[in-house]
Formats: sequence, structure tokens, C-alpha cells
Amino acid sequence: MRQAPLSPQMTVALPILGAASILLAWQYLLPLLGVPAYIVPTPTAIFGVFQKNFALLIDNLRPTLIEALAGFVIGNLAAVLLAVLFVHSRVLQAAYFPIVLFFNTIPILALSPIIILIFGLGMTPKIVIAAVICFFPTLVNMIRGLDSASDNEHELFRVLSATHSEIFWSLRLPRALPMLFSSLRIASATAVIGAIVGEWIGSDKGLGALIIQATFNYQSDRLYAAIVLSSSLSIALFCLVVLTERRIIKY
Amino acid sequence: MPDAIEARQLDVGYGGGRKTAVKVLAGLDLTVAAGSFLSILGPSGCGKSTLLRVVADLLDPLGGSISVLGETPHTVRSRRDVGFVFQDSTLLPWRTVRDNVRLPLGVGQGSLTRKIEDRSTELLELMGLGGLSERLPHQLSGGQRQRVAIARALLGEPKLLLMDEPFGALDEITRDRLNDELLALWRRSGTTILFVTHSIAEAAYLGERVIVLAANPGRVVKDLDMRPFKQEGNRCKREDPAIVAAMADLRVALERAS
Repeated sequence: MRQAPLSPQMTVALPILGAASILLAWQYLLPLLGVPAYIVPTPTAIFGVFQKNFALLIDNLRPTLIEALAGFVIGNLAAVLLAVLFVHSRVLQAAYFPIVLFFNTIPILALSPIIILIFGLGMTPKIVIAAVICFFPTLVNMIRGLDSASDNEHELFRVLSATHSEIFWSLRLPRALPMLFSSLRIASATAVIGAIVGEWIGSDKGLGALIIQATFNYQSDRLYAAIVLSSSLSIALFCLVVLTERRIIKY
Repeated sequence: MPDAIEARQLDVGYGGGRKTAVKVLAGLDLTVAAGSFLSILGPSGCGKSTLLRVVADLLDPLGGSISVLGETPHTVRSRRDVGFVFQDSTLLPWRTVRDNVRLPLGVGQGSLTRKIEDRSTELLELMGLGGLSERLPHQLSGGQRQRVAIARALLGEPKLLLMDEPFGALDEITRDRLNDELLALWRRSGTTILFVTHSIAEAAYLGERVIVLAANPGRVVKDLDMRPFKQEGNRCKREDPAIVAAMADLRVALERAS
């Protein structure tokens, strides 16, 4: 039997109630069950870190934010440009797409030390790692998107004697936008992952570095606070993508 | 005035070269007078749509000759004297109704010696779309979408309008209404129309002339002049006994062709 749909108030209230119930159980049930605070600190202890060490958290958030954003922009831009090149030259696509495919099979954790060897210990290698991790899904989606116009749509433009550039701007690109945005949504989370992974390997600043230091020092409340902050960063980037998408794609 | 279409021994096929290609049309002879309304009937795969694509310069023939308005299909397309309406309306979902109609203003103008004027307001009124001009295609019914597609095809005032089963996906009442609107447009504009359909009734009601194509390979097996059954201006009633008799005649030809 199908259940009746929820009222609008309930659709808003239920997720809040769900989250609250988990936080309450976490706060009161876990200590009762004997889970030690150095493994899972309570929500209030984590919140306490935000009050006590706010400056430290923000200081570490800033580099991660810059690296993730720069990596997001550079990786996606490079992917879009390469996709445009590939759909306009089947020869280039046939020659180089398999190589791009091969690079994508290398785990980012294995690739990161090489990137750090090349670019040193500054922000650049983290930006490169974030860019690399964003690059591939966008490339694949953008190629598919640019090729997604139907035969009839291409024939319509041919009947109108449209030029290649008119076909690109008036048909292929708008057709590709929904697929581009779905990969940008994915990239909003992976860019932050890329920046943090980069900071794990060679950095003393950033949320990744903070996570490693807190782990080694058994400062689990600080560790959890850093995790909450990195997840918030992903969510903020994701929301930014969704808002832009809603402004641009209205159909 | 040259004929709208003159095809002689036309061979058209897909895939491979001249010898290995699968022929869709073979040795097709067809003359269509300028300003006339031709309905094209035939079973699936008989090359009805292929014929329209050759006329529109979307497909090159393998052999034979074809002239459109006395010139090559390529010249006529470059001058944008051809309008095409597809079975699915092929509206761009991100453009409003008005911007879809105005598509010919935004693309292909470079190839043109004659600049197209923005008649979108007039055409939207004519097609009963005046109040819908700022809507997006997904907010329209199937019939409304096809009206937009026709308005877009008419924007450049084409001398030749090619319609590939444009009303095939519509309900019968909407289809009948659009048939009448199309005839009214045709009488007013003097455009030559080639209209591909699966419906015998639609072909007989619209066409001054109906041809039936047979498949494997496509060729004309029946060529029926409808004018003796109709009044001045290609007018008739759907239930007129003469039209019903012509439809029966076409049905026999179509059954043999299938």
C-alpha cells in the first residue's frame, strides 16, 4: 500500500527532528554505553571547541577554502575546455581520451606524493590535487553533454544554415549545461576532499593538517570539529552550485 | 516559374559508397508544381522522410538528379528558402516560445543575402499563441508545441515547407484543427508544402495531390490528383463521399505497398 504524502510542514520538521534525535542519543546514550570521550566526544564537547578555539579553526579553514575553491575552478575549467576540444576533434579525442581514462584509474592518494614532489609544500600542490580530483567527472559529463543534442536538433540547425560556432553556442552548450551542473555538484564535495588529502601529506596548515595533528595528539573533540568544518565547507560549495544552477537552468 | 521539385531517377541510400549503400529510394521520378500541396503516404521505411531530407539538403543522393525551385538543394538551403517541421517539435527547452520562433534570426543569418525580419509577434498571433509567448516549451501541450514549430518554420517566409509527420503524435481533435489551420496558412502564403503522414484521412484531406511510396526500395506506386474531388482552394469535407472513395483507393495502394 502506498503511504499518504507528507504535509509541507512535516517535510521540513521531520529531518530536523531526526537530526535532533541522533544528537540527543549521541550526547546522552553513548557515554552511558561506556564509549570513551577520546573516541567519540559528545556534541557539546565538539561545540565547545568552536567557542574555545574559534581563531584556530578559522585560521585552518582559510587555506583549505582557498585551495578547494581554486582547485574547483581550475579543474572544472580545464575539463570544460578539453571537452570542447575533444568534441570538435574526434582525432584528438581518439588519441588522448584513453590516456586521460588511464590517469583517472590512479588513486588520488598514490598520485598526491608525486604532485607534492613536483610542486613543493606550498598551496599549489593542494590546489593541483583538488583540481585533478574535480577534473575527470566534469570532462566525461561535459563530453556527453556537448554530444547530447538530438539528430533532429542538428538537422534543424543545418536547415537554418547555422555555422559551427552558432551550433556550439546556441545548441551544444545549452544542451550540456544540466550535465555540467550535475558534475559540478559532485565536484563541490570532491574539491574539499582533494584539498584535505593534499594537506595530510605535506602541510602544517589547513583542516587536513589539523585533522592529522588532532589525531596524533588524541584531541578528538578538535578532530571532530575539523570534520564538521570540512563537511560544512562542502555543503556551502554545493549550495553555491545549486543556487547558480537554479538561476541559469529554468526548464 | 520553375517546378518546386523535379527529381529524375533519384537514388538515395545510407552507409557505404555508391555500390555498397542500402538504397532507400531507387529511380524515383517526381515533379511537384510550385505552390501546390503534396501529401506523401507510405509504410514505415519506404523513404518518405528520406525524400524530405534530400530536398532539404540534409542528405546527398547517390545518383540521379534533383532540382529544388530550379536550383540545387544546397543553394536553396543556403538561401533559407526551406522550412522544416519535425514530428517531435524540436523546440529548444531553454528558450521561451517567442525565442524559439525567433531562432532563425539568431543563427544562419551570415549565409543569407536576404535578411529575415522579426515577424514573431504576427506569427504568434496567427498561430493562436499570443498569450503564451513567454512560456517555456515544457509548459505547453503537444498541439501548442507543434504550432510553435510551424511558426518558427514560417518566420523566414520559406518558399518550400517540408513537414515530416508533424501531427503524428497529437490527438485526433487537435490534429483536425491543426489541419484546417495549416490549409488556411497555405492558401494565404502560396508556399509549396510537402507533407509526410501515416494517416490516409489526413493525406486525402490536406493534399491537392497524394503520392504513395512502396518500400524496399522506395518508389512511387500511386499518384492521385485530389483536385477533381475538391472545391476551389483545395476545400472539402472530410465525410464527402468522393473523398471517402479516394481514401479507399489510397488504402488499397498502401496495402499493396506494405
